[in-house]
Amino acid sequence: MNDEHASAPRTTPIQSATFSNPVNAEIRRSAATGIYDIRGGGAKRKLPHFDDLLFLGASMSRYPLEGYREKCTTSVTLGTRFAANPIELDIPITIAGMSFGALSGPAKEALGRGATLAGTSTTTGDGGMTNEERGHSNKLVYQYLPSRYGMNPVDLRRADAIEIVVGQGAKPGGGGMLLGQKISDRVAEMRNLPKGIDQRSACRHPDWTGPDDLEIKILELREITAWKVPIYIKVGGARPYFDTTLAVKAGADVVVLDGMQGGTAATQDVFIENVGQPILACIREAVRALQDLGMHREVQLVVSGGIRNGADVAKCMALGADAVAIGTAALIALGDNDPKWEAEYNALGTTAGAYDDWHEGQDPAGITTQDPELMKRFDPIEGGRRLNNYLKVMTLEAQTIARACGKSHLHNLEPEDLCALTLEAAAMAKIPLAGTDWYPGKPNTSF
Amino acid sequence: MQTIDMQEVSLRDVNATLHEQAETTNQTTWTLENPKGAHAIACGLDAPIEVTVKGSTGYYCAGMNQQATVNIKGSAGPGVAENMMSGTVIIDGDASQYAGATGHGGLLVIKGNASSRCGISMKGIDIVVHGNIGHMSAFMAQSGNLVVCGDAGEALGDSLYEARLFVRGSVKSLGADCIEKEMRPEHLEILTDLLERAGSDAKPSEFKRYGSARKLYNFNIDNAY
Repeated sequence: MNDEHASAPRTTPIQSATFSNPVNAEIRRSAATGIYDIRGGGAKRKLPHFDDLLFLGASMSRYPLEGYREKCTTSVTLGTRFAANPIELDIPITIAGMSFGALSGPAKEALGRGATLAGTSTTTGDGGMTNEERGHSNKLVYQYLPSRYGMNPVDLRRADAIEIVVGQGAKPGGGGMLLGQKISDRVAEMRNLPKGIDQRSACRHPDWTGPDDLEIKILELREITAWKVPIYIKVGGARPYFDTTLAVKAGADVVVLDGMQGGTAATQDVFIENVGQPILACIREAVRALQDLGMHREVQLVVSGGIRNGADVAKCMALGADAVAIGTAALIALGDNDPKWEAEYNALGTTAGAYDDWHEGQDPAGITTQDPELMKRFDPIEGGRRLNNYLKVMTLEAQTIARACGKSHLHNLEPEDLCALTLEAAAMAKIPLAGTDWYPGKPNTSF
Repeated sequence: MQTIDMQEVSLRDVNATLHEQAETTNQTTWTLENPKGAHAIACGLDAPIEVTVKGSTGYYCAGMNQQATVNIKGSAGPGVAENMMSGTVIIDGDASQYAGATGHGGLLVIKGNASSRCGISMKGIDIVVHGNIGHMSAFMAQSGNLVVCGDAGEALGDSLYEARLFVRGSVKSLGADCIEKEMRPEHLEILTDLLERAGSDAKPSEFKRYGSARKLYNFNIDNAY
């Protein structure tokens, strides 16, 4: 460059949107290590979500209920189809399955305490049922997973419901992982595995292969439990119409549908970010399946994956779900990713809010760990109190919205109470785009 | 001896009756007639009773068994004695897929052949098969003993953990991380005891032992971000 051009305007360096800094960093990390990234949590990419829906509220054509005075009930009964003892919950917000092993014993205890205070259920996970969890959970759902770690008929009969896990939203088609750092003596004993190995859970059940077999498996579980407790089937957000149809055919009392924002204790990042659908795209298809079978409200639908507040809960209800489940949000309520541990997150090479290496067992908050010293940082009684508070706030928020829409029960919310902010959300949720009466794919309309 | 005709009594009532038997029951011997391939027969038992099923069974017979002895005087459908905790299940005929899947304890004896995935994910159960076993048997088997007096199919012991596999005949192929291992005196002792309890006259010295090479036990965690 000669002097004549030295002071000329320069081209601004532009980062590639395709080869962004995070993408390039991952390429460099892969090139240096030769192994894929393993992490916990759900999809972090921006996805069409409940933020893309709004409630219309009451006006001339709808009559609202008085905010703090008029009744807006929140109860839900799960498992009314076949079970002699369906689960009756005060609120339609349940705690999703998270394993003892992935979480510490005190963290599981706190989930039980908080859920019980709030009048809802909590769920075991891939690792069996602990006495702390059973003891502190008024309503406990026992997961029946491909690994069958810790599975036994005594605990099966101690459960208030059984959830057969076919898949989860973070990894439909994938099995679980629990890496060696978290396989303590107790975890190893419960799972019947050597201490310290990297534990892999199977992705398929060992003794049935399809919905016809599953129907017989459910018969066996009902016979063992004398047809008393509800049987849920949990699926990841893959093909919600067909998965729901087949779950009903197999004999489920409840279908649990988990979108790709739903968390996992550990799996490959590429799996979490690239397999499955966002929950927004799944709910209406599952409801449609239930309606086509004449089973909507008879087989209950529980949805999960990225539910954060009462507005999300209300939107799920309006789209046709009977209840929701929360996992990641419950952990945050307990204290996961709290900025008060920022210095320690920094020492682990991350920051509060972004910490997802739960599988390494070094959680500064003492929740996703089996390290006795870190576990001491977490108080299960305080954790239970915080979770209860959070569940209470979510419920109040959902009631606030429902009353504004003139609904005396959360289940009375309906799709007609909603509008969509984006074309994507309109298409996925089958909700009219704001300011129109149209959504992509609406019958008898053209694009 | 109590006898129930399954053509007259519903499956629910059969299982409810068997479940009602406590550890102190005097009615310790039961015969189930005309099972005709019904599913979930005698599952979830938890008492030291002896149940004889006079015929072939469908899926999950004796599933999650505790304490009881279940004799099947025929062949068994898929998942027989799945997740068994304790007790004994003896099948006079053949067993279909997933026999003894995820079993935590007890003894499963199959006097005929077992199909694929025998002992899949077993967690402490002992299984003795007088005949042959099918492919992918003992997949991800965690602990316990699988004894095969005949031949084993493809991919035996794939992704095996600490279960011990003893095969007298040929093995079509071994699965990932499964290798032949030295037969030491303590293994011969286990094998001798199991063969005797299972009513087999096979000689322990004719068997080979297979187990995990333990090379898949850990990822290279230093690289796992």
